[in-house]
Amino acid sequence: MANLITKLGRLQMKNPVMTASGTFGYGTEYSDFMDLSRIGCIIVKGTTLRERQGNQYPRMAETASGMLNAVGLQNKGVNYFIEHIYPTIKDLDTNVIVNVSGSEIDDYVKTAEIINELDKIPGIELNISCPNVKEGGMAFGVSCAAAAKVVSAVRKVYDKELMVKLSPNVTDIAEIAKAVEDTGADSISLINTLLGMAVNAKTRKPILSTITGGLSGPAVKPIALRMVWQVAHAVKVPVVGLGGIMNATDAIEFMLAGATAIQVGTANFINPAISEKIVEGINDYLDTNNFSSVAEIIGALEI
Amino acid sequence: MKKFILDLKITQKVQLNKQNVLLKLTSKDLLPEILPGQFAEIRVDGSPATFLRRPISINFIDSARNELWLLVQIVGEGTKHMAEMNPGDLLNAILPLGNTFTIPSDKNAKIVLIGGGVGVAPLYMLGEKLKKLGYKCIFLLGARSRSDLLLLNEFEKIGQVHTTTEDGSHGEKGYVTQHSLLFNSDFDYIYTCGPTPMMKAVASYAAKNNIFCEVSLENMMGCGIGACLCCVTDTTEGNLCVCTEGPVFNITKLKWQI
Repeated sequence: MANLITKLGRLQMKNPVMTASGTFGYGTEYSDFMDLSRIGCIIVKGTTLRERQGNQYPRMAETASGMLNAVGLQNKGVNYFIEHIYPTIKDLDTNVIVNVSGSEIDDYVKTAEIINELDKIPGIELNISCPNVKEGGMAFGVSCAAAAKVVSAVRKVYDKELMVKLSPNVTDIAEIAKAVEDTGADSISLINTLLGMAVNAKTRKPILSTITGGLSGPAVKPIALRMVWQVAHAVKVPVVGLGGIMNATDAIEFMLAGATAIQVGTANFINPAISEKIVEGINDYLDTNNFSSVAEIIGALEI
Repeated sequence: MKKFILDLKITQKVQLNKQNVLLKLTSKDLLPEILPGQFAEIRVDGSPATFLRRPISINFIDSARNELWLLVQIVGEGTKHMAEMNPGDLLNAILPLGNTFTIPSDKNAKIVLIGGGVGVAPLYMLGEKLKKLGYKCIFLLGARSRSDLLLLNEFEKIGQVHTTTEDGSHGEKGYVTQHSLLFNSDFDYIYTCGPTPMMKAVASYAAKNNIFCEVSLENMMGCGIGACLCCVTDTTEGNLCVCTEGPVFNITKLKWQI
């Protein structure tokens, strides 16, 4: 049994396996399928200051080795979260952090301020990369100046783990990563979904109500790996890798490329027990290859 | 209800017509309790085109044989692959998912179950349960043509069956909502599943005649367990997941223009 304990900025985790926001509900949806206390961290779905109904159906299109979604941050708002969800998850024997989204800097700041008061929420993931909201989200994640502005504003009011989730829909992701590191991010997660599109040839219409949506699943893995590798070389803060991780081998590849921890996303839909299996698989890999701790494989890519 | 991930083994495959097969499956463990209207998310391996699971409604549970029936209509790659499987093959399923139909409180309630095409699948299980509980059910089943009417013999064993076909090859010619059974209606309960235009027409009939009506929706799904929020339908309570808040909805909750 190798040492899987992972330190991510101010956050200490049992192991490097986290579940990606928007793919794991509030965790409790998965409790029939696995022991939630076995994973390192649950990131609950995108939470905004006020309730959002999200986009119209259809919001999803299956694509080759992946899927497009255009949910549009449907959630009942941060106050509902505190009143109705927080009591059901605060005593889970694992880290639970909240993905915070917004369309204006003030929304991010207010939401982060409110969550800062919750004892059992040791961190937030700042989502500056959602491609499915017209009025913002990704807009903050595609320019260094805008990213720096929102991160520094949130940093002022939030004193726990501040992880910033980056968009891959940019020319130079390392530049954006540096900008959020410089303005106070404790860690950086990437990648959010890639902007894509699906067309129905029969009806000659787009499949998604929003025309475009975010691509996830194994189809995006090579891009995610490349970006994690680039960012891990550009910043000193820990990097969290995600994008198409379906099994422990995928997870290990991201860690070799420089990720301190990883997030399991779309794979949760295919196998709702997979996150726990990935923890076991990482441990098996470490044991088989005579590593005594998971830290030894971070960035251990031999070039 | 606790959900399970199970490997189900195909025991029998019945080719109902060119587009539809009935798969009978068993599990090495005792199957969990499953209610009418609930569904399973089926994994189809082997092709990058079938990445996500397929939601398939449970057609029937044969407790004595520890068997579960799935009625599969071939609509795309995933269902085509399922229809090509054979006895002995394994299908990975997550079940039971979703809610169930409301059982009437009055045992003498006049009940009609209206199904179209492969939409008859959950209605068979519901009808069988209602019959066991002592209710009398009437089935009104519609399809394009005689060969598209599925499980007709099975339905006849559990209630009175009326049919419509678009080409008039069986029962009355036309759509289910044009059937003479509905002319002088005194039904108390309508349960329906089928193509959306059909369900909307049934819902419109029920609303006009003030009849309790539940529909079973079939939206595209990602996870089937309420995590991805992809399968939503617009309701009086906002966007709700069909996989967890449904698939059965009372028509008064849906924002259908009927």
